[in-house]
Amino acid sequence: MLKGWIEDPTLLGLAQAGVAAALAFAVVLLARRRRIHVEADAAVALVRGLVQIALVGSVLAALMRGPRWTSVPLLAAMMAAAAATSMRRAGRIPGAFRASLAGVVVGSGGVIALMTLAGVIATDLGTLVPVGSMLVANAMNANGLALDRFRGEVQAHVAEIETALALGAAPEETVARFVRSSYEASLIPAIDSLRSLGIVWIPGLMAGMVLTGAPPLAAAIYQFVVLATILSSSALSCLVSTTLIRKTAFSPAEQLVLRGGAAGRG
Amino acid sequence: MDAPGTALLRAERLTRVVAGRAIVDGISVEVAAGDVLAVVGPSGSGKSSFLRLLDRLDEPTGGTVYLGGRDYRALPPRELRRRVGMVMQAPVLFPGTVAENVRFGPAQRGERLPDADVARLLALVGLPSFADRAVDHLSGGEAQRVSVARALANRPEVLLLDEPTSALDDASKRGIEALVTEVVRARGLTCVVVTHDLAQAARLARRVMVVEAGRVRRVGPLEEVLRAEGMD
Repeated sequence: MLKGWIEDPTLLGLAQAGVAAALAFAVVLLARRRRIHVEADAAVALVRGLVQIALVGSVLAALMRGPRWTSVPLLAAMMAAAAATSMRRAGRIPGAFRASLAGVVVGSGGVIALMTLAGVIATDLGTLVPVGSMLVANAMNANGLALDRFRGEVQAHVAEIETALALGAAPEETVARFVRSSYEASLIPAIDSLRSLGIVWIPGLMAGMVLTGAPPLAAAIYQFVVLATILSSSALSCLVSTTLIRKTAFSPAEQLVLRGGAAGRG
Repeated sequence: MDAPGTALLRAERLTRVVAGRAIVDGISVEVAAGDVLAVVGPSGSGKSSFLRLLDRLDEPTGGTVYLGGRDYRALPPRELRRRVGMVMQAPVLFPGTVAENVRFGPAQRGERLPDADVARLLALVGLPSFADRAVDHLSGGEAQRVSVARALANRPEVLLLDEPTSALDDASKRGIEALVTEVVRARGLTCVVVTHDLAQAARLARRVMVVEAGRVRRVGPLEEVLRAEGMD
């Protein structure tokens, strides 16, 4: 209906955003009847989200007209932001940013470089930046999950870890079990996404390609490629970050730094 | 501070400050080879924190500890912890059998403790037929005995015990006290026992250090400290 009235694609997009926001706000208002008051938060989030994404879209539109190398600083900035976000999950573990950054850069950066060299991901800005950002974002999420799980496991097993240390165990041995479980837990979303692909959901990239006229089979296969690549970058990212973080959880004198609420009683 | 001598273990102005608060505040004490020192004090006095510093599970912010005359910061942490064994307040056993737990320490150095040694240690702690038993079927007292055997498997020179009976019933408590006395006597072990119970300190140790607010209030021979504390 909107398409019949508005021809300019930017104005059409704004009108569509307005309809979507109005619907979301209407649902929020409906919740008021159940005495759930989130209308202020929802209004701020809707306006903020629209302004942020419109700004990012404008910047991307300007960058897309730039040379190909522009994708390098753009993806590097995304990786730094991703590392800063996922490091918060590590709590007070020293060196969390370094571990997160190394994980995201090696995981997503390495996989992007390999896939670009292999010709799986095209090097034009219009493909490399959005596909690359998907890999960075998923590496960030997996990294955050791994660090969060590791911190939780260590804090829940302080007595066990310190008992092993007191018996002369190497620090990395005392947390090896928790590194493994953190790594496995962090990959659950990526593995489940691949497992349920096409059955439970049709991902946005494929839907977008089909909407813009790409053959559905080609779109479907490319979607698989992207999800498989996401699994590689997430797995590599977590492997690097958990390997680094298991060392920084201990001081040079092999004392557990991340003790949480545990403290001497007497 | 005690008179300097040929102590096996010597804490010198040992201090740990956390968030601006001294939880261990300049403790100096010596423990001679084969001696048992009981560290007594109310909850929150810093006695467990002092014990953790002796095993370097926490880092002193001031002072240090000498083991056999050598500053323990010069020792690799794993060597230090092999030589200074520690038994925690609540025993934590690793999943598996009793024998696997007893073998844990030597296994960290790539050594396999022979079956005969496992049997000897388990007999010493009063659990002669427990080697193949799964640890999740043990009582609190049995678990604490296994943790003593596991610490002894490393052949430590010093054994640190952090309130080893606080989680046990009276019968198990007396059993562990008898075990500590026997182990110290049979092996000539140097021992530091943390307890909040002065009566237990009297049963286990020849020397007592009373700690209050992270500081030494009194240290000396058992009778002297008991008299000064009005408990003779």
